[in-house]
Amino acid sequence: MKKKRLKTEKEPYVATTDSCKLCAPLGACLAFKGVEASVPFLHGSQGCATYMRRYVISHFREPVDIASSSLGEKHAVYGGGPNLKLGLKNVMSKYNCGLIGVATTCLTETIGDDTSRLVKEFREEFSEVTAGHGNPTIVNVSTPSYAGSHIDGFHSAVRAIVDQVASNVQAFENTLNLFPGFVSPADTRYLKEIVHDFGLNPVILPDISETLDAPAASEYEKIPSGGTPIASIKSMGSASYSIEFGRCLSDAMSASNVLADRFNVPSRKLGTPIGLRETDIFMNTLEEISCRKVPIKYERERGRLIDSYVDGHKYVSGKRAVIYGDPDTVVGLVSFLTEIGIIPVLCATGAKNQYFQTAIKAVTEDILEETPVTLDNIDFFDIEETAEKLAPDVLLGSSKGYKLARKWNIPLVRLGFPIHDRFGAQRICQLGYKGTQDLFDITVNALIQATQDRSPIGYTYI
Amino acid sequence: MTNSIFAERKDQVHRKGDEPFQMSCDKDSLAGAVSQRACVFCGSRVVLYPITDALHLVHGPIGCAAYTWDIRGALSSGPELHRHSYSTDLQESDVIFGGEDKLYRALTQLIDRINPEAAFVYSTCIVGIIGDDLSGVCKKVEREKGIPVIPVESEGFKGNKRAGYNAACRAMFQLVGTGAVDDVSPLSVNILGDFNLAGEIWIIREYLERMGLQVVANITGDGRVGDIRRAHGASLNLVQCSGSTIDLAKMIQDEYQRPFLRVSFFGVEDMADSLYKVADFFKDMDPQILERTKALVRDELSELYPKLKKYRKALEGKKAAIYVGGAFKAFSLVKAFRLLGMTVELVGSQTGTEEDYRELHEITDPGTIIVDDSNPLELSSFLEEKDVDIFVGGVKERPIAYKLGVGFCDHNHERKEALEGFVGMLNFAKEVYSTVMSPVWRFTPRKQALSSNRSKMDVRNEKKAIKN
Repeated sequence: MKKKRLKTEKEPYVATTDSCKLCAPLGACLAFKGVEASVPFLHGSQGCATYMRRYVISHFREPVDIASSSLGEKHAVYGGGPNLKLGLKNVMSKYNCGLIGVATTCLTETIGDDTSRLVKEFREEFSEVTAGHGNPTIVNVSTPSYAGSHIDGFHSAVRAIVDQVASNVQAFENTLNLFPGFVSPADTRYLKEIVHDFGLNPVILPDISETLDAPAASEYEKIPSGGTPIASIKSMGSASYSIEFGRCLSDAMSASNVLADRFNVPSRKLGTPIGLRETDIFMNTLEEISCRKVPIKYERERGRLIDSYVDGHKYVSGKRAVIYGDPDTVVGLVSFLTEIGIIPVLCATGAKNQYFQTAIKAVTEDILEETPVTLDNIDFFDIEETAEKLAPDVLLGSSKGYKLARKWNIPLVRLGFPIHDRFGAQRICQLGYKGTQDLFDITVNALIQATQDRSPIGYTYI
Repeated sequence: MTNSIFAERKDQVHRKGDEPFQMSCDKDSLAGAVSQRACVFCGSRVVLYPITDALHLVHGPIGCAAYTWDIRGALSSGPELHRHSYSTDLQESDVIFGGEDKLYRALTQLIDRINPEAAFVYSTCIVGIIGDDLSGVCKKVEREKGIPVIPVESEGFKGNKRAGYNAACRAMFQLVGTGAVDDVSPLSVNILGDFNLAGEIWIIREYLERMGLQVVANITGDGRVGDIRRAHGASLNLVQCSGSTIDLAKMIQDEYQRPFLRVSFFGVEDMADSLYKVADFFKDMDPQILERTKALVRDELSELYPKLKKYRKALEGKKAAIYVGGAFKAFSLVKAFRLLGMTVELVGSQTGTEEDYRELHEITDPGTIIVDDSNPLELSSFLEEKDVDIFVGGVKERPIAYKLGVGFCDHNHERKEALEGFVGMLNFAKEVYSTVMSPVWRFTPRKQALSSNRSKMDVRNEKKAIKN
């Protein structure tokens, strides 16, 4: 009898085809961009910084300066220390910065540069130079590109900032630390507004709301204004609470854990508030922490959201969705899709993440009988192979899924990072009731448009 | 303004007229200076990328492959393997124990799956450090699979982009001379250094065919492995984008005694000159070719010039800044702006040679800033100082222009508009016009501040120009 080979027995492809992840240093640079007066700095060869700048600029459409130690062949042999120090000195002399965020790359990790030690040496050897430039803070983080993905680099950098900068300098009363993860500038602005409306003082880290979505200015700003003030980071240890988003975030990568361990700041870990249920949890937590009722404004937003869920449910009911992207974005989106009656047939992330499956189960189990197909450490080749058999009606994720949407002639709702083929990525809202409202409207409309486009009638009234 | 320039970089910036021309270039980028340059790998990847029927496997951690996935507008008339991104996605254990086995398995699986005509295997930074025997693995797979499997020595840190161009040329040269040339006419050329962005190489091929020439290989726009194999059969190599492919032209010249010509397909002047130079080369073999070329240029210009008028009228006197990858493109851009009646206030490149900058110095007006391997702080201060109307560059230059309230034209590999050939000049004029003459600038804070400082007379003139 011929032995039937199950899908799981198939030898997986060794190569990664059309990757659904980026490398760790890119995530670190994004996190460093969210600190006030900060310059991200890659310790490695020049190409890494340039490639990442191009990638990030194409998404946010903002200047993104990332410095590099620009290592050459002789540094690879004799060590990158001298160039790292020269680079730090040069950045200080031209950028008038408050913080330099040094992330390593595969090159410097492999040649064995001890970046922590080099930074320490720099502080000692160049104390006069640094003093002359207002003693900028230097944070360093290990982000070899061969370990983890951009989202791990992001969280590692946030944790490194807290680990190396935070203390218990007296904070404002009612300070709340908020670690939102990698969310859009518009979402960050909205989060700040929500926390303020509960009478709390938010310290959001990172805060890319201004640095990666800056207004037109009369003079070129070397470093865009905005970002989490370093003084605020220093006071994180004396905050009343920390809230950290991300059901897929490990304890080892958690920044709020550092504050809990070192300064006894109680930490609440919540899912990224996408959709009604996850936002409810966030609002309830704020209610509890602030001892204030949810402001009426949000009650109204919530009411309108539910009203629209009802109005729109028949357009989306039973539709089949493929969702891919960063683990916590996918979990949030899946939670939202499930509660409006869309079936997530494939939940995928390029990152390796041991919590992903559990998190997807947690946000779907009270509505779905079975946990959807959930795959981590996956590339677009595998997504295509798996999803092809699942007959999806819609894709949700970055612009890199466009080829699949085009091939299957189904809509792609562009969310997450990167969005390289549409305008306004920095202004996409998907958090909270209001963000979910936007998300619901574009999802419903994408499906309506697909029906309309396919109809031979050409309905003008739907 | 000058405080944005590092002391170490002073001799990489020249203002024409200040002092005798002298410029330093081809240096390693200064640490911490936020160079706009990439790396060796980038240089190789750019050149080989448009070979559409080859497997391009990046041996390294995921970043290098991810950042170069389908980011260039290099079009294909057939296969599209180049639009995928293949990586060995090295992990920590591979770095410790070596990545050769993973590379071998990745290569053989991919070749079986996608059936390419050849495979290029790119080395990245850490491969150079962990010491994988790339060529050993490539040779083994070549023997087993029966297609050329070519290692590209593109470790990121081993030089700059130019070193990557050279590595790509050496890789391609392994293919040249392995194909049959029976059907190659003596009246034949290869096009080197054109990447078929927005279908540009098709425009150029059509001109050459109208002149009566056979184009053997596109190197590398809309490129095919089979064509490169027989590229040695062509009588002449036309080398555009000199930095990237001139090494290959020299190798072919040395090995197969086929000469090359440096050409440029950008702008009316350089486009016509290039075609005439080609015609001149073949005039003994084909006495009519010069006539046919003249007729071609005449036809194209008589169609183009009336259409250009409107744009020239609006753009006359406007100021431009240029910062591009290779300096050769900058020459043509300076001339193209002149044709539109515009002045060039700043011109620079990432990888120009001393010879390139000397030529730029010759063709530009006094006061023009010439810069090598610049960075955002310098570029933004130059743009502010010169108060230009448009900046020509790539994705990394765009936000600098826009934040300053300056128009922008993408002349890099991401562009979707064909800018080569005579029709390309019209597209270029349209693009320059669309950005320079946009009404949005009047709302930007910097332009508002500037215009309130101007005399009423100037404002009236500007309004008149916009109306026209």
